[in-house]
Amino acid sequence: MSADLPLSPEDVAEIVAILEGSAYDRLEVSTTRFTLRVARDGGGWSQEWAWSAPPAEAVAAEAAPRAEVGEGLIAVRPPLPGTFYRSPQPGAPPFVEVGATVGPDSVVAIIETMKLMNPVHAGAAGTIESILVDNAAAVDGDAVLMTIRP
Amino acid sequence: MIRRLFIANRGEIASRVIRTARRLGMTTILGISDADRASLPALLADEVRPVPNYLSIDATIEAASAAQADAIHPGYGFLSENAAFARAAAAAGIAFVGPDPATLEAMGDKLEARRIAMEAGLPVVTGREGGYPLLIKAVAGGGGRGMKRVDREEDLSAAMAMAAAEAEAAFGDGRLYVERFIASGRHVEVQILGDGSSAIHLGDRDCSIQRRFQKLVEEAPAPFIPDDKREALRSAAVRLATHLDYRGAGTVEFLVDAETFDFYFLEMNARIQVEHPVTEAVTGIDLVEQQLLIADGQKLALRQEMVRLEGHAIEVRINAEDWRRDFRPSPGIVRRAAWPAGPDIRVDSHIASGGAVPPLYDSLIGKLIVSGADRAEAVTRLGAALEAVDIEGVETTTGLHRKIACDPRFVAGGVDTRFFEGFADA
Repeated sequence: MSADLPLSPEDVAEIVAILEGSAYDRLEVSTTRFTLRVARDGGGWSQEWAWSAPPAEAVAAEAAPRAEVGEGLIAVRPPLPGTFYRSPQPGAPPFVEVGATVGPDSVVAIIETMKLMNPVHAGAAGTIESILVDNAAAVDGDAVLMTIRP
Repeated sequence: MIRRLFIANRGEIASRVIRTARRLGMTTILGISDADRASLPALLADEVRPVPNYLSIDATIEAASAAQADAIHPGYGFLSENAAFARAAAAAGIAFVGPDPATLEAMGDKLEARRIAMEAGLPVVTGREGGYPLLIKAVAGGGGRGMKRVDREEDLSAAMAMAAAEAEAAFGDGRLYVERFIASGRHVEVQILGDGSSAIHLGDRDCSIQRRFQKLVEEAPAPFIPDDKREALRSAAVRLATHLDYRGAGTVEFLVDAETFDFYFLEMNARIQVEHPVTEAVTGIDLVEQQLLIADGQKLALRQEMVRLEGHAIEVRINAEDWRRDFRPSPGIVRRAAWPAGPDIRVDSHIASGGAVPPLYDSLIGKLIVSGADRAEAVTRLGAALEAVDIEGVETTTGLHRKIACDPRFVAGGVDTRFFEGFADA
């Protein structure tokens, strides 16, 4: 929380104009609150800010079930990291259950990532052998969601 | 007079609103989720209040009341077009920076919005009598969410289910409707301002470069629209705003036939838009300031003849996505963020070196806006400015924009919404 904003975009543009007319091609200002580096970058200029805030907490690596895919089975993986949903909307029946017959283009689940719903396709024809992830669980891009027996 | 402004949003738009509110002498209070505690807007705001998320009406109103805010700016997305939220703010004695709840309701229901637009004399796209391809849209939609193109009858039910799920997740309302798909169309929109009794426009923008109905590049004015059609577009937008007794900043979106320049009303966004800076660049008008003045109950000090459009501006959205891998989201910590600087360059971003891009929210990390005396100058400046962008730690769409900036079709100007098809793989 600051008492005042440090420098407006107009201030930065003015700094660039001053540097432009000088022999310098780089300026670095460090205060207790921020560091600003203005530098000639190729044909133009760049600004880089760093703020003296508590360091951003590492984005927690999401727990990803690491299941072994059995002999002769095909793994269904998410197209993206995100949240795994088994049905099109809360309360609706799941896309598939164990034992369901699917084709390569069958939608078997959806993944929500950065506010977008993405269909998960079976990718192969066969029957659903197992469903390895709980509904609404966070998964990374390499997680095995389901297996298919071709 | 608004003295204490609560900002119910995050990311670049939170920083953007803080900047203008501070300039107007307001004290800014930002609601922050756990994931955003160390964000730049949290650092820039005068005060912060924890909120569980950015969609909870009760918790947000409670936080704003506890902070003794006299107005709430909702930004875009989240609760910005939520009539229940606007009503709850009013009930708590807090001014909502946006249109009346009844307007939000009418424009939020896309079928109702079409009906009202027709009532005001605006042309709309008809339903599905033309067969395929067609477009499925969310009744409660906006921002391209819940929208799907369907080319074949056999794909219809799967696409409907997906669109309904997306709409349900984004808006809490899974209702859908269907529109004829216009193959060669441009997305052109008109910025309007209204004070409840009169309305003016601040010119148009072209947002035809989209991927899956998400805008990537926006510019003002829309290039190569014949003068008579441009005038008709702008006055149609003002007509709708006047018909609604619109109060606040809003955008009327049109689909414009790329050959005939006939236009059809698509929807009205009753809030500030992501791409508002290109309009600010060509008009010199601070749209957030206008929003705050109107929310304060003031009449528009601007008259139509005072709005002068000068030059050309282009905005590109830098997203944390791996555009070479099907735009896979790329959350993480940004080790280094170098943005362009200088005259005729504006960067609206909440990401500095060391900043976090949480996986919970959308992927926008910054907007680069360049302007020039004409479109050619703006395009040249865009190419040069993009060279100075250096984001390390997460994947971004910077490279994609470099490619767009030198694409001959883009350089020539006036592309339609098919521009992007197959572009990223080419």
